[in-house]
Amino acid sequence: MGKKLLLANDHVPGIQSYEVYRKHGGYASVEKAIKTMKPEEVVEEVKKSGLRGRGGAGFPTGMKWSFLAKPEGVARYLVCNADESEPGTFKDRYLMSRIPHILIEGMITSSFALGANTSYIYIRGEYYYVAQILEKAIAEAYANGWLGKNILGSDYSLDLYVQVGGGAYICGEETALLESLEGKRGNPRIKPPFPAIAGLYGCPTVVNNVETIAAVVPIVNDGGDAYAAIGIGKSSGTKLISASGHINKPGVYEIEMGITVEDFIYSDEYCGGILNGKKLKAVVAGGSSVPVLPADLIITTANGEKRLMSYESLADGGFATGTMLGSGGFIVMDETTNIVENLHTFARFYHHESCGQCSPCREGTGWMEKILHKILDGHGTLEDVDLLWEIQRKIEGNTICPLGDAAAWPVASAIRHFRHEFEEFVKNPNGIKKVKHYESTQNLVTA
Amino acid sequence: MAKVTIDGKTIEVADGTTILQAARMIGPDVAPPTMCYYSKLKTSGGYCRTCLVEVSKGSEKDPRPMPKLVASCRTTVMDGMEVKNNDSEKVTEARKGVVEFLLLNHPLDCPVCDQAGECHLQDLSYEHGSAKTRTDFERRTFEKIDIGPYVQLHMNRCILCYRCVKVANQITDGRVHGVINRGDHSEISTYVEEAIDNDFSGNVIDVCPVGALTDKTFRFKSRVWFTKPVDAHRNCDKCSGKVVLWYKGEDVLRVTGRKDQWGEVEEFICNTCRFETKKTSDWTIEGPRKLDNHSVISANHYEFLKKPKELTINTVKPLAIEGGNN
Ligand SMILES: Cc1cc2nc3c(=O)[nH]c(=O)nc-3n(C[C@H](O)[C@H](O)[C@H](O)COP(=O)(O)O)c2cc1C
Ligand code: SF4
Ligand code: SF4
Ligand code: FES
Repeated sequence: MGKKLLLANDHVPGIQSYEVYRKHGGYASVEKAIKTMKPEEVVEEVKKSGLRGRGGAGFPTGMKWSFLAKPEGVARYLVCNADESEPGTFKDRYLMSRIPHILIEGMITSSFALGANTSYIYIRGEYYYVAQILEKAIAEAYANGWLGKNILGSDYSLDLYVQVGGGAYICGEETALLESLEGKRGNPRIKPPFPAIAGLYGCPTVVNNVETIAAVVPIVNDGGDAYAAIGIGKSSGTKLISASGHINKPGVYEIEMGITVEDFIYSDEYCGGILNGKKLKAVVAGGSSVPVLPADLIITTANGEKRLMSYESLADGGFATGTMLGSGGFIVMDETTNIVENLHTFARFYHHESCGQCSPCREGTGWMEKILHKILDGHGTLEDVDLLWEIQRKIEGNTICPLGDAAAWPVASAIRHFRHEFEEFVKNPNGIKKVKHYESTQNLVTA
Repeated sequence: MAKVTIDGKTIEVADGTTILQAARMIGPDVAPPTMCYYSKLKTSGGYCRTCLVEVSKGSEKDPRPMPKLVASCRTTVMDGMEVKNNDSEKVTEARKGVVEFLLLNHPLDCPVCDQAGECHLQDLSYEHGSAKTRTDFERRTFEKIDIGPYVQLHMNRCILCYRCVKVANQITDGRVHGVINRGDHSEISTYVEEAIDNDFSGNVIDVCPVGALTDKTFRFKSRVWFTKPVDAHRNCDKCSGKVVLWYKGEDVLRVTGRKDQWGEVEEFICNTCRFETKKTSDWTIEGPRKLDNHSVISANHYEFLKKPKELTINTVKPLAIEGGNN
């Protein structure tokens, strides 16, 4: 069994409630931080831990925290990003609904470290029931003196609020999130300035993912060095992986960074192998935005080394033969999967979720979806495949926020690794139409 | 002060100047095209991506090139920065892409559009686009909307530059105008059609780079290139009263603000001057308007046309970039 830091007590009955959580060592990090540490010391531990942001980009958390501007007399904010909308990602929901107090505890300890006296958890509208679980946990934390004025008799005070969003993927982008939190339309801001300088209400702000903030709890409890000792190289600690698709045991797994991808897919501890004994065809390893890899490249790198579940190993080979750990949304596809159809589903999503501020993403996402639809409909041409390639290239890197890249990468990787499937579709539309999957797409498209 | 080199031409500018402003100071040869930036509107720019440039050297201190193309209207210069605009193949490529995206859902109804001849999208496509379209999908369509008695919104033509939204936010009272929906379904809306009712609402027409917001009092009266622009002023208690009258024969067909070589109005004017003062006797005539901007309308109709190359360094003092979106 791998080491578990966040889900260690997941099996404990009643762990959702304050009493049980507290009995199992809950809120120790708050006590330790407030009673025995200076805020800078907490930041130092987080730096030592090597923790990297779990929201997708993998930016070192300690470094992000130390960038936070601290002008005199200006409020600072910590905002937790619980918008979790990346297709294939559902780890934050699991953690928040099973062990809500670990997030509350992490928020208090992290807010203390950053000197924030008001903090927010921004959660997507579709997670309304989770928001209610969090509200209850927050009420319990207030009732037990972990939130509010003068926590544990210190001069540190903190108010924590949950804000439910309207339900938009783009509101997970940190500056769109801040706009939305301010009550405006959720459009990403043009950077600079970055949130660390001018974030919520123009004040210095840190935005972190749910899992990132929860990881601060074991880091403060056991020390940054202990956390850094887990995992591999610059991918320290544990990571929650949302495993879905054609596997025997879909679900959320906490893994030690550095286990092999093969082990993750096939061992009984994790995914338990491919459903119905079928063959593995492809994996989207880090949520819909990251490049899809065919079976051979996800199991071993282009150099023939075993691929590991870590930031570095998954990225090995760049986009030519590698991918990204991303948010840890691990989507497994077996040999029956139609890659073009899968890509169309993703493209439809990005088209639907583009905020529409910048022209390449606003127009390009819709265009790519239409072309994919055309190909699936049996009317595509070989030029259409080249055009798709061209469009994604013109979007990537040219937009305000990374949603443009996120829309481009799946298209690029599908064509890079599965071009033959597109060509088959184009050359033999009738043959493809007989595939049963095609029927399901038809229904989706017209629905 | 910061020294910046754009397409091989060097200029020294104040700290905080954007690449675009510096390029405009050097002159139109090196100035990237803009569809959303408007120096008189705070927080404008960043949306259309036509002004993307390549930063081949970040600064004297940190000479590394920037990894991506950057929006020149939203990126401030650093001392020693080197920028490629026309000299960069990457920029030419990306810009061509942007033009294609902007035209993807555009109705291309120039023959019946009042903006034709002074449309920035026409100019942009002509200079940076390609002659052929690669899409045969149906374009998105919207119903035309009357925004009050004077302005019509033709959403099909909108490129979502957000300029009119910023005009509504910044120079008219109260927020009445914004963007609803998302992605390529986004639409400019007043929420309530009648809601733009304000002394300065007509300025949305002048800032609109395309024919999405047009002057209803000028609708279908004439192609702009058949009208003659004349500078004129009047005593106005609401605005400077400095305008351009567009004549056909003896009749003033329309009144607009005075636009500089970048297509931006020098000053915003009020609705009384724009819509309700259309007799020659209302105005003191100054003389023919020189059209500096390089555009279809200035192609060969006016003998006093200057070619962009001969223009002197521009002296506009644009607003500083500020944070936030609105
Ligand atoms: C379109 C888009 C959607 C995003 N959605 C999320 C999200 O749902 N949750 C999240 O934590 N980060 C999301 N991110 C990343 C955030 O912008 C930000 O990087 C992250 O919250 C930082 O937290 P971290 O450093 O702890 O990872 C998204 C980014 C983009 C561009
Ligand atoms: S890249 Fe897409 S989602 Fe991001 S700002 Fe531009 S249009 Fe909006
Ligand atoms: S209506 Fe005109 S000014 Fe307004 S966003 Fe559209 S193109 Fe820009
Ligand atoms: S003018 Fe710079 S992005 Fe539009």
